[in-house]
Amino acid sequence: MSSDSQGVRPGLGPGSDCQEALDTLYHFLDGELTEDRRVEIQHHLDRCSPCLEAFDFEAELKIVIAKRCRDQVPDHLRTRVAQALAEASKTFDGPE
Amino acid sequence: MADPATFADQAMPHMGSLYSAALRMTRNPADAEDLVQETYLKAYRAFASYQEGTNLKAWLYKILTNTFINSYRSKKRRPEQTELDEVEDLYLYRRLGGLEAVAANRSAEEEVLDRFTDADVKAAVEALPEGFRMAVLLADVEGFSYKEIAEILGVPIGTVMSRLHRGRKALQKALHLFGEQRGLVPAADLPT
Repeated sequence: MSSDSQGVRPGLGPGSDCQEALDTLYHFLDGELTEDRRVEIQHHLDRCSPCLEAFDFEAELKIVIAKRCRDQVPDHLRTRVAQALAEASKTFDGPE
Repeated sequence: MADPATFADQAMPHMGSLYSAALRMTRNPADAEDLVQETYLKAYRAFASYQEGTNLKAWLYKILTNTFINSYRSKKRRPEQTELDEVEDLYLYRRLGGLEAVAANRSAEEEVLDRFTDADVKAAVEALPEGFRMAVLLADVEGFSYKEIAEILGVPIGTVMSRLHRGRKALQKALHLFGEQRGLVPAADLPT
């Protein structure tokens, strides 16, 4: 990764606690860290507002993606699927 | 043991998320509707093999995904791993001024996110190469665990993590591009 001119804070250099926190960011947000690890990272976030803000931004982005990718099922599709299943139940003896 | 009424009671409430995922996968409402119908028919016929008490939604997604891959995916597949450029971590956040030494208004970055429309986010997701798109959809939109995603996609968990990592960065780059085009975010002045 290029490290030039990205406005990274001095404290966010490789090998620092901040870098370690950022490396686990998605595992943290996805709930995929072990409890011990999660507590460690949370402890860092409690003390480091730049990292906390980055985590908050990514958490918010995850919410925005989920919220904006919802589509309303058209009524005709519900009807169509219900009909197809009713039809299938006539020609198919049902799950064994 | 499962009967048709039980199947309908349990499976029909998932249609909204299955349809949304089908739209992102096929990028076409007519195909998405066919894909959802086919998924429900296959699931109905296979309901005996569904183990009560396990995750029905994940089971339905596996059928949806397999049906998509077998019948609907684009005929001209391109190699996936080389399709995404290297993108740095926190791409969008950095470009919105996050992590800068002095930032006057910390909430400004999150406010930008609110200005993206449904169409922006959907287009950014749909622009991702297929394998990456599915991983991002399953994790970020549906909230499946890495293990569940690995089972749904039939790939190792390490592959899920790698696709998610790269897919998310590419998604941020696409969002940033839309934001630039619509004047929501300052134009990038950094080499990418």
